Amino acid sequence: MRVSEQGSGDTVRFRFDGVGYSGRMGDTVASALLASGVKLVARSFKYHRPRGILTAGSEEPNALITVGKGAQAEPNVRATVQEVYDGLEVFSQSAWPSLKFDAMAVNDLAAPFLGAGFYYKTFMWPKAFWEKLYEPVIRRAAGLGRLSGRHNPDTYDKAFAFCDLLVVGSGPSGLMAARVAADAGLDVILCEEDSRMGGRLLVEREDVGGVPAAQWAERQVEALAAMPNVRLMTRTTVTGAYDGGVFGALERVTHHVPRSGAPLECFWRITAARTVLAAGALERPIAFENNDRPGIMMAGAVRAYLNRWGVAAGQRVVVFGNNDDAHRTARDLHGAGVEVAALIDARADAEVGDVPYPVHLGAQVCGSTGRGGLTSVRVRTGAGEVNIKADCLAMSGGWNPTVHLTCHMNGRPAWREDIAAFVPTPDAIPSLEAAGACNGAFSTAACLAEGAEAASRVVEALGGAASVEMPEAEDAAYRIAPLWAVAGKGRAWLDFQNDVSVKDVKQAAVENFRSVEHMKRYTTQGMATDQGKNSNVGALAVLADATGRGIPETGVTTFRPPYSPVAIAALGAGAQGKGFAPERLTTSHKQSEEMGAPMIEAGLWYRPSYFPRDGETTWRQSCDREVGYVRKAVGVCDVSTLGKIDIQGPDAAKLLDFVYTGMFSTLKEGRVRYGLMLREDGTVMDDGTCARMGAEHYVMTTTTAAAGDVMRHLEFVCQMLHPEWDVTFTSVTEQWAQFAVAGPKSRELLNGVLGEAIDNESWPFMACGEATVLGVAGRLFRISFSGEHAYEVAVPARYGAALFAELVKRAEAMGGGAYGMEALNVLRIEKGHITHSEIHGRVMAFDVGMERMVSDKKDCVGKVLAAREGLVDPMRERMVGLRPVGAVKSLSAGAHIFDAGAAHVHENDQGYVTSVCFSPDVGTMIGLGFVKNGPARMGERMVVRDHVRDLTVEVEICSPVFVDPEGGRVRG
Amino acid sequence: MRIECPLCGGRDRREFYYKGAALVRPDVDAGAQAWDGYVHLRENPAGATLDLWQHEAGCGAWLVVSRDTVTHEVYGVQLAAAYSVGARA
Repeated sequence: MRVSEQGSGDTVRFRFDGVGYSGRMGDTVASALLASGVKLVARSFKYHRPRGILTAGSEEPNALITVGKGAQAEPNVRATVQEVYDGLEVFSQSAWPSLKFDAMAVNDLAAPFLGAGFYYKTFMWPKAFWEKLYEPVIRRAAGLGRLSGRHNPDTYDKAFAFCDLLVVGSGPSGLMAARVAADAGLDVILCEEDSRMGGRLLVEREDVGGVPAAQWAERQVEALAAMPNVRLMTRTTVTGAYDGGVFGALERVTHHVPRSGAPLECFWRITAARTVLAAGALERPIAFENNDRPGIMMAGAVRAYLNRWGVAAGQRVVVFGNNDDAHRTARDLHGAGVEVAALIDARADAEVGDVPYPVHLGAQVCGSTGRGGLTSVRVRTGAGEVNIKADCLAMSGGWNPTVHLTCHMNGRPAWREDIAAFVPTPDAIPSLEAAGACNGAFSTAACLAEGAEAASRVVEALGGAASVEMPEAEDAAYRIAPLWAVAGKGRAWLDFQNDVSVKDVKQAAVENFRSVEHMKRYTTQGMATDQGKNSNVGALAVLADATGRGIPETGVTTFRPPYSPVAIAALGAGAQGKGFAPERLTTSHKQSEEMGAPMIEAGLWYRPSYFPRDGETTWRQSCDREVGYVRKAVGVCDVSTLGKIDIQGPDAAKLLDFVYTGMFSTLKEGRVRYGLMLREDGTVMDDGTCARMGAEHYVMTTTTAAAGDVMRHLEFVCQMLHPEWDVTFTSVTEQWAQFAVAGPKSRELLNGVLGEAIDNESWPFMACGEATVLGVAGRLFRISFSGEHAYEVAVPARYGAALFAELVKRAEAMGGGAYGMEALNVLRIEKGHITHSEIHGRVMAFDVGMERMVSDKKDCVGKVLAAREGLVDPMRERMVGLRPVGAVKSLSAGAHIFDAGAAHVHENDQGYVTSVCFSPDVGTMIGLGFVKNGPARMGERMVVRDHVRDLTVEVEICSPVFVDPEGGRVRG
Repeated sequence: MRIECPLCGGRDRREFYYKGAALVRPDVDAGAQAWDGYVHLRENPAGATLDLWQHEAGCGAWLVVSRDTVTHEVYGVQLAAAYSVGARA
């Protein structure tokens, strides 16, 4: 019921479970529903008990709602956090068919059988039932809320921020800290979880600096907002504290307005030189029989709804507490004209003063009635039990400082007997200081002072001078006598979100789950969205009692990030789709697409698979045709994706001698050499060619896949192993467009575009140099991956598209054309050229027949360990060619190789297949593979068995070079 | 976690590539034991450690970072080139 219109905004209309309600701008769903007299807003997770709103903040355990419909539906939003706006649609959860009549409520009747450990005890046997019966049934019944299962079209964002001082929380401590630091000129970020800055100042009836608290807060915020060195962030929860002064923070950017296409949330990573934690405190419930009925709320929340939103949570309210703070709720309610049926304080010696409503000291609420909402509470006094009619109970078991962030780096909070609560251990997070209520200082004056002092220390530590003007404020002592659970027989709830009762915790202790971490996992206390914010201290106090230990000895469970739930979509913002895997496109990409080429991914690159022609119905037809271009006429292929590293300097040759197994210092200028790179453990890392363009100038090529690794490796060698070398290098992969021109007519084609014609004398096999290509200064390399007479021609990338078009046009006129990755792969398999299919990380130079390429004249990376005994054993799996000779002509990569007649089991394994293709030249499928002592077994008949594809093929071991074994064509 | 690159300043650890322990490469004829130690054997300290990172998404510098595996405190950062010259001297 709305009792005051003070400060409330325009009317907005929203729907809850399909029913229209109105609220005011600035309302949360919770305050708007309370204003409309709605008590029942949820069903509990396990027993499906009717539940109402308990709190006024993100710690809310009961009032979880789903916001929106369809793919954008967002489950488990706390009604106490979601702001209302026109057109907002929210739904209750955990209830079927409806909130008022929930079929699963039968669980509540079966409660004696569903206590702590029920799952572990019940669903053990028979074993086979777990997967088929128990798990599917439990999964259907369990879970908080439901995801749509569809792609979420909402956008999320990420951002980074830096500051001198991060202030977490904008109550009296936070505002004061921010103000002092900002006045001293520090860069300040002030984060507030709520939509408004002010914290408890917005919800308490008291004066600060001679004006109402909310007004004082507003003035501070206005002053801070006007300062250029301050960033104010509302709706932003600091969710985690990490190494090096880094904090995660979730900003709910547009949850409070209709969907606009703007990011829904933004995940911030804030790096702060210093941090003041001013996160406040959370009120804790008291456990008594049926303390979970809708209408039973936290006393501080009742006060908040009244003072901030003008909403009375009930018409006749009982206040029940064990501390002085609870008295304020009775006072404020009465002051607003709401009937206070009774103030019940568990302490016999509590000082209440002269108040105009009934007071029971030394009394406890021990039960309640009312199915869908509270109708009365049962009070146990010295004179016996009485029932008091009420539709709302405001309870307070005291306040827990919000210590969570101080525990994110393994810190443990310390117990303070005088306030019966845990407080942060100083320096648990380097460079973070807790101030105010989260540090156990509960009066407004103490909070203001601690905030100011913490900020002053920061200012001084950073070399500034702080000046502080302290406003007058309330400084009442906080008196409390612990009360965790009221004695009684029925179920008294500790954890509302997980339906954990006092009995469950005691049961855990009886069954020897005495450690607080074990109790948590056995009972599920402290799980899910609220992470035990309401229940942790109460539950461990009950456990301490049940195990005969004190609370500090019992200890707390570990608080971990995030403080409140963060959507995976927010954490991963920017990393979906192309954000996860950006596209790298070659200069010929557009034309390849226009030619209808399907693209295949090579790392982040996209390369054409093949170029289909009219009448071709399978990729094989296109591929075979393109292989034919290269073998019989001329083919053109974009090879720009291969890594290109330009290396220059007096010691360039030394570097190459050290990273390659072969000698490059002896390579003549204008010549190219094939090189093999090893890892330091002797395994082959990468291969490629390296061209000597000048005395101190080389151009290295790497495989497409390993370009980044090789670059990093070269940096490592030059910085860590040989910083004395005078050599420098840079990646030029994207600066040069490079095309293979391969086939018997390749020179004829090139001579049409080169400024100066070449012949076999001027440009023999493995020659390289500068060349003018259609008037453009480029480079020409006579190298061949296909085994044919071939070149690679390179021009600055801006000419790439034009040159590709020209080369393809000329090739087509000569009976050839463009070829793609499929043909390129066939051509190299036919020649036994290796790729990372062969050098897959377990293969030595010896295994691919390149042991002679390891020069004995010099040291190189990997040389020592490559020479180890077991790595040059002839019985190792070594590379061979494979040719089907039986009825089955199919081969598959990944299949294993066995002796003819041997069983196809691991013990008999002789090797495996790495690459296969259909060879138009050979006329069947061929393959490359590794076979134990392979080179010595030429001509032997073996069996290739693919258990996955159920394929058995008789093969002959042969040379891996299927085409032109003499190698005459490359020199032609 | 943040690492202070001597060339670029403090940067988020996401900009860095991690390699492992900072060790001095043995001579080619140092013997099997020395090479085994360099390539395979690693300490796993609970406390101070010295390892190699590369500022890959920044200046490309290889760094030797001295840090604590328990507290995650970074004690110091130096260029691998400078470290290597000192360590071999």
